[in-house]
Amino acid sequence: MATFDFLIQGLWVAAQPMNLLYALIGVTLGTAVGVLPGIGPALTVALLLPVTYQLDPAGSLIMFAGIYYGGMYGGSTTSILLNTPGESASIVTALEGNKMARAGRGGPALATAAIGSFVAGLIATLGLAFIAPYIVKLALVFGPREYFALMVLAFVTVSSAFGDSTLRGLTALFVGLALSVVGIDQLTGQARLSFGVPELLDGIEVTTLAVAMFAIGETLFIAAQGEKGPDKVEAVRGSVWMSKLDWARSWKPWLRGTLIGFPIGAMPAGGAEIGTFLSYAAEKKLAKHPEEFGHGAIEGVAGPEAANNASAAGTLVPLLTLGLPTTATAAIMLAGFQQYGLQPGPLLFATNPQLVWGLIASLLIANFMLLVLNLPLIGLWVKLLTIPKPWLYAGILLFATLGTIGANPSVYELGMLLAFGLLGYAMRVFGYPIAPVVVGLILGPLAEQQLRRALAISQGDISVLFTSPIAAVLLVIAAAALIVPLILRARGRGEVLSQLAANED
Amino acid sequence: MTKGHNPSTSTRRPDRAALFIAAVLAAIAGLIFWDVSRLAGAAGYSQVGPTTVPYAIACCLAALAVWTIFAAFRNDFPERERQEIAPVIWIVAGLAAQMLLLKVAGFSIATGILFALTARGFGKRKLWFSLPVGIALCFAVWVIFAKLLQLSLPAGPLEHLFF
Repeated sequence: MATFDFLIQGLWVAAQPMNLLYALIGVTLGTAVGVLPGIGPALTVALLLPVTYQLDPAGSLIMFAGIYYGGMYGGSTTSILLNTPGESASIVTALEGNKMARAGRGGPALATAAIGSFVAGLIATLGLAFIAPYIVKLALVFGPREYFALMVLAFVTVSSAFGDSTLRGLTALFVGLALSVVGIDQLTGQARLSFGVPELLDGIEVTTLAVAMFAIGETLFIAAQGEKGPDKVEAVRGSVWMSKLDWARSWKPWLRGTLIGFPIGAMPAGGAEIGTFLSYAAEKKLAKHPEEFGHGAIEGVAGPEAANNASAAGTLVPLLTLGLPTTATAAIMLAGFQQYGLQPGPLLFATNPQLVWGLIASLLIANFMLLVLNLPLIGLWVKLLTIPKPWLYAGILLFATLGTIGANPSVYELGMLLAFGLLGYAMRVFGYPIAPVVVGLILGPLAEQQLRRALAISQGDISVLFTSPIAAVLLVIAAAALIVPLILRARGRGEVLSQLAANED
Repeated sequence: MTKGHNPSTSTRRPDRAALFIAAVLAAIAGLIFWDVSRLAGAAGYSQVGPTTVPYAIACCLAALAVWTIFAAFRNDFPERERQEIAPVIWIVAGLAAQMLLLKVAGFSIATGILFALTARGFGKRKLWFSLPVGIALCFAVWVIFAKLLQLSLPAGPLEHLFF
């Protein structure tokens, strides 16, 4: 029952007035930014990272968790009312939710999304709390080669297993890995790829890259599409409360979505979107009225939305216990930890249990706050959707640069922002995914460290990487995740995979 | 050979943009090789040193460049939508202006210009309106973040006028 004790302790940390305030600010900002069209949770977290610079680690991570969950809630509102999902994990929600909104049932759609997210968030966070200690124990037997194999698996799943092209996914990943080599080598202190530029010795800032790729790249891309006429915001007509029938049709999908989403998020298998697609398919199969799907079936909102939030909580399992980010959002969260010199992983549970458990407990609290914040105040969030595009994107760039300037007010850092923004734009034009670059940049140095440790122990014998059973199994799975999609695409079955494309989250 | 085949797939020339991307990837790989070769000899007794991973990454990038060339000849890249260049230039100009003016003019004015030029890129032509609005907004942001949240945002003449 140690978990329970820790959780109570964590709740005590999270329930301190200042921490409650941080959580409240976090969920409010997270929802507000998450609602804005075109901004997913990854960008939300990256944009709001500087707001937390001046706080103590516990307070800032609690605010962070609030921002993360808030961004997820906000995203579903956008996709239901605007049909332009702010994040790939909300695509399915948009499918049915927007149809419901057009049919005048926007209220119940928002309600089932919010309550479903709440139920899923609650169960999944508890799942996180109870599973984490076991994974931490498992992680303690992991040596460098097992970690390296795990990271290879994460690289493959993030870059090439999903999306519409193995080539472009891998290219994006290796661009990120190449960028990760820039700077001083961690083990020998030698400068690599810095070309005598002193600013490059510190390496490339993850937040700068993420903000540039997601915010500036996206803004440029949207601007370059020219005038396409305004998107139509569906007004929320009628009550936001669900009828008895809505409840009866929603609760099972919520639970099923949670069960599907959480394990997928918890595995180092990337994105939340896979869970949402599986949940959608499951609900369609199980529904009493499958013909309603495509015309606004409430099950099609309830299930995927629950799956989405459950896997969002699930991605925190590898992040907190292994220090392994499997989504762009998690990668930026990891950057948030690193700004305090904290490295998530099994050691953090031992050295800083208050912080970890305070964070987990604050996720529960943030979840409650979001439910209260979302249902009655929905009208307020909807107003954010009506901001005209020029002001919206001007504001996004204002805050994007604000974060960079706040972290490091130098011409050089803004130059990096501009350069990577242009790179992000070009990658969007040519259909390259963005998330692998960010994950490659942050995970690259960690993977390199583990690889070199493993090889140093074996005195350069590469076969050591495959001779541990755990590492061998992980590498085989990674190889399968690389090869199977290639074969599927070659046989023209690629559509399914490209639908599962992990782009933003 | 049926008559209904799609001519665009069989007669199109190789995708020039994709060939360019392949060249860029190859160039990055070459750059890594060149830079890291200077570090040679630093490897420890296990032959694994700071050069091992960069070499591996460079090899993979070179392989990806070759793969991209194949993809270019098979026209594997997705259809690209037509891109409007003017808005992109407005926004890049805004970012460049902010970058260059930040130290001289302070946060509010520099970022206000970025704000106005971005809005211009999205079709708000009235710069005489959006520029003051942008500067006022950025000044409010500066007060909140620099004064309340203690973020170090550069101050310029406008900020010094008030604080």
